[in-house]
Amino acid sequence: MNQTAITAAVRRPMPGLGVYNVKLGMWVFLLSEVMFFTSLIGAYIILRFAHPDEFAAPGVVLNVPLTAVNTFILICSSVTMVKAYAAIERNEQAGLKLWLTATILLGSTFVGVQVYEYIHLIQEGFVATAVAYAAEGGPLYGSTFYLMTGFHGLHVTLGVLALLWILTRAVKGVYSSQNLGGVEAVGLYWHFVDLVWIVLFTIVYLI
Amino acid sequence: MNWLLEPSVSTFGPDIDRLYYIILVITGIVFVLTEGLLIYFLVRYRKRPDRRAEYIHGSTRAEVLWTLGPLVIVLMLGFMSKPVWDRAKDPAHFPEDALELTVSARQFEWESYYPGAGGDPDAQDAFSILNRVHVPVGEPVILHLEAEDVIHSFFVPRFRVKQDAIPGRTIPVWFEITEPGEYELGCAELCGIGHYLMDGVVVVQSRAEFDAWRAEQHAAALGGTGAAQLAGSGDLDGAPADGPVAEGGL
Amino acid sequence: MSTPTAREKTDWDIPHYAGDHHEELSFIRKYVFSTDHKVIAVQFLVMSLVFLALGGFLALLMRWQLGFPGQPLPGGTLLPETMAPGGIILPEFYNSLVTMHGTFMIFFAIMPLLVGVFGNLLIPLQIGAPDMAFPKLNMASFWMAVPAGLIMLASFWVEGGAAGAGWTAYAPLSASGDFTGVYLGQQLWLLSLFILGFSSIAGAVNYITTVINMRAPGLTWFRLPLTVWALFITAVLVLLAMPILAGALIMLLTDQTIGTTFFLPEHGGEPLLWQHLFWFFGHPEVYILILPAFGIVSELLSNGARKAIFGYHAMVLAIAAIAFLGWIVWGHHMFMSGMNPMLGTTFMVTTLAIAVPSAIKVFNWLGTLWKGNIHFHVPFLHAAAFVALFIIGGLSGIFMASAPVDIHIHDTYFIVAHLHYVLFGGSLFAIFGGIIYWFPKMFGRMMNPFWGHVHFVGTFVFYNLVFFPMHGLGLEGMMRRLYDPTQYAWLADLQPWNVFITWAVFGLLAVQVVFFVNFVASIWTGRKAEANPWQANSLEWSVPSPPPHGNFEAMPIVYRGAYEYSPPDRKEDFILQNEPPRDPVGDRVEPEPQPTGGLEGSE
Repeated sequence: MNQTAITAAVRRPMPGLGVYNVKLGMWVFLLSEVMFFTSLIGAYIILRFAHPDEFAAPGVVLNVPLTAVNTFILICSSVTMVKAYAAIERNEQAGLKLWLTATILLGSTFVGVQVYEYIHLIQEGFVATAVAYAAEGGPLYGSTFYLMTGFHGLHVTLGVLALLWILTRAVKGVYSSQNLGGVEAVGLYWHFVDLVWIVLFTIVYLI
Repeated sequence: MNWLLEPSVSTFGPDIDRLYYIILVITGIVFVLTEGLLIYFLVRYRKRPDRRAEYIHGSTRAEVLWTLGPLVIVLMLGFMSKPVWDRAKDPAHFPEDALELTVSARQFEWESYYPGAGGDPDAQDAFSILNRVHVPVGEPVILHLEAEDVIHSFFVPRFRVKQDAIPGRTIPVWFEITEPGEYELGCAELCGIGHYLMDGVVVVQSRAEFDAWRAEQHAAALGGTGAAQLAGSGDLDGAPADGPVAEGGL
Repeated sequence: MSTPTAREKTDWDIPHYAGDHHEELSFIRKYVFSTDHKVIAVQFLVMSLVFLALGGFLALLMRWQLGFPGQPLPGGTLLPETMAPGGIILPEFYNSLVTMHGTFMIFFAIMPLLVGVFGNLLIPLQIGAPDMAFPKLNMASFWMAVPAGLIMLASFWVEGGAAGAGWTAYAPLSASGDFTGVYLGQQLWLLSLFILGFSSIAGAVNYITTVINMRAPGLTWFRLPLTVWALFITAVLVLLAMPILAGALIMLLTDQTIGTTFFLPEHGGEPLLWQHLFWFFGHPEVYILILPAFGIVSELLSNGARKAIFGYHAMVLAIAAIAFLGWIVWGHHMFMSGMNPMLGTTFMVTTLAIAVPSAIKVFNWLGTLWKGNIHFHVPFLHAAAFVALFIIGGLSGIFMASAPVDIHIHDTYFIVAHLHYVLFGGSLFAIFGGIIYWFPKMFGRMMNPFWGHVHFVGTFVFYNLVFFPMHGLGLEGMMRRLYDPTQYAWLADLQPWNVFITWAVFGLLAVQVVFFVNFVASIWTGRKAEANPWQANSLEWSVPSPPPHGNFEAMPIVYRGAYEYSPPDRKEDFILQNEPPRDPVGDRVEPEPQPTGGLEGSE
């Protein structure tokens, strides 16, 4: 090896994406989540195409206006999450805590409305199981509906818990403009869950 | 260890077998060459005190060569396989005017349903038999394969026929057999505790024999005495559960 | 270090190099709930060797029934009445054996051996990192795998026995206990794999982040050892495939328990949906089980031959190509399922295409040996056997890739032969070789080479005696998962072969005892290993055996690729990746030590 080659070898650009580990790890994890929801949504699409008469027309069984409002609430929570991150980027501790609290409240509201919706649907006979199904369409409709929305709801719930944890740390003053990896990573997760809902709302409720 | 296949007795069977032997020859040659080269290198370049491995990192020409070589071979195999596959499996290529039957699988038996003499599956003289399928020789046959509980797989090795039976679906299977005889039928998909007991027989008869047998069955179905008349006729393993079922229609 | 302050301030634990301060750890923190990747690798090794032995034992029970159907198993009266009354294996227990042998071997032996053991051990060591990006997540990954395995194991003793619908759990057989008599066993099977999925995904997130972000300065992508490449691409497959399985498992579980109808056709469910989901996961899974072995074998062959891996870039591209094609071939498992024959043609073409990168790999391995100076150490022998057996497994795959030929051999012992040539002749030989090769980095000692040779020769011979005749059984039409082949007249004639294979299995398993004894004994009595006993190039050989907590005294700097064996300007026939280059001119260029992104805070 001659000298230029050695120099070139040593001066090779550094590996790494310039993204710190926690953020990169969250992005990688979200790819996995994409595949998880792909399997659920893919199953729904296949089943619905194969058996269209097992599914009711939009708005017949499901309460679209209520869910539209709920969707709006979730989108708002993404906005407040962005606000929280922007606050800590500027090192505003009070802003961080305020917007985190707002996000948690909006997220909890979403879950609450979903539970309310479930209770009403179940009372109307729209259940996941073949035995007790008594609504328009067939039990396949109920099975796929609760599978997709249920797992999304679980993700929102976990997101709220993660945000609560971030909030307690924020109260302790852990975060700063130099150290905001936790806020950003949970924020990414939150936006992802929001995005999934927009897809679900479209294909489950509107189409 | 026998690399030769037992001769097939269906019309498309020889095509499948030919393809098998072509692949056997190609893979055989590749096998001998690569394993031979491996052994040769291991012996030729074994450690010697005065030897030093050569400082070689590869060769683009070699890479191109051994990328294109296999690519050409597998593309060729793909082109040769497609028509054979279509002929055996694609309903669009199925022959017209075939004898059509329904074969239904359940834990752990096969049941073949024959329509009435007029072709009506619900007619009084329609009948069904257990673990046996009777078909005429030299004529195309289409079996409509159904499953009542779990997935089974209709496998007649000598026919080169294998098709899963899926509950909730009816899947057509066709074949035309060139030699009369009794051929064993098995289940090739794990279907539960009795998976190993799902053997059956496909009886391939001359048209005259087949017609005579079928007429007898029609009559029996009308009279409800089929089982008595045909018990123990030519069953391979003589299991009492096998054989015709006295049953009027479906 | 650009901004050490940012690094201190992040509230996530950042691994430190060995030269940095380390607090003394309690026994529990050091060996049980350890965050050290090397300890976790050893933990995975112990766990998966136990399950490997268990899987072998289950295979033996199965083979007894196939060789001597209906005869009492020697010592079989020790088994519970629900499994083998009077020592005679029941059909339902046989189905559980089939299912659990496959499940344990795939999910709890081969997969954790390749991904859990070698991924954990090699990734940080070979990229010059002090540990994984997320050490605690890594620990959690292992401690999720253990309960998953225990749940799976426990299912043997629940009412109805363990799952009996095959490791592929085809619905509707698996979707309702009414079809099999197995209720809780099947549910525990689903639950166990679901938990294992979390473990695998956690591992994959860690591996991917670590490889991208924590490579030592100078260690560019195309200087990485092929083991790291293979493990990285495998991690991507795990990351994307396991969640598909998770989704499918949930649907099957709710069908089993609360009465949903995803796969049950009475209410519109689709049995074939399970197969599509399962194999969309399952075929990438097949490559998860072989790609790391490709990496290990490349490493061992190059080291044994004292020669650079032939066509490094082609090898990387071939791994990537196989991983990519792995996503679009799943339908070949379903040629006989009654899916649209047009789809069959498409899947046939993509499947045949996989032969191309596979062939590239084999030819490059042969090219690596060409003009080498081959040291026949035990790991090398395993790698050479891998190549020999992988050729057979690869070539037999071409038969079933051709859909019309597959009509005859689908679901027969030909498939059983093929998959064992790839998974045992392939993966497991690479695993044995890899364990022996990196044993010093785990335990600081060498395994006994004499007993290593004995084990190798015995395994190679008995292995072929067991699995090669299965090709013939398949061609004669012997179906898989058959409790008693003598029930079929045309299979009864083949019984002498089944008896022969069963005896060969006894030999094969007996030889494995040699390995286990050698392994355990060498941990305490093996020869103490120096830092670089195999005279290899990659970074793990530049540190003591075993490496200290934190691995490297300080961040290593890499000057060259991992396969610079027998360089012409040097007396030795190897050169460590981080050995500074001799400077012919005299004005040495100090490299700029730029840490990777992973050790910094936010931008």
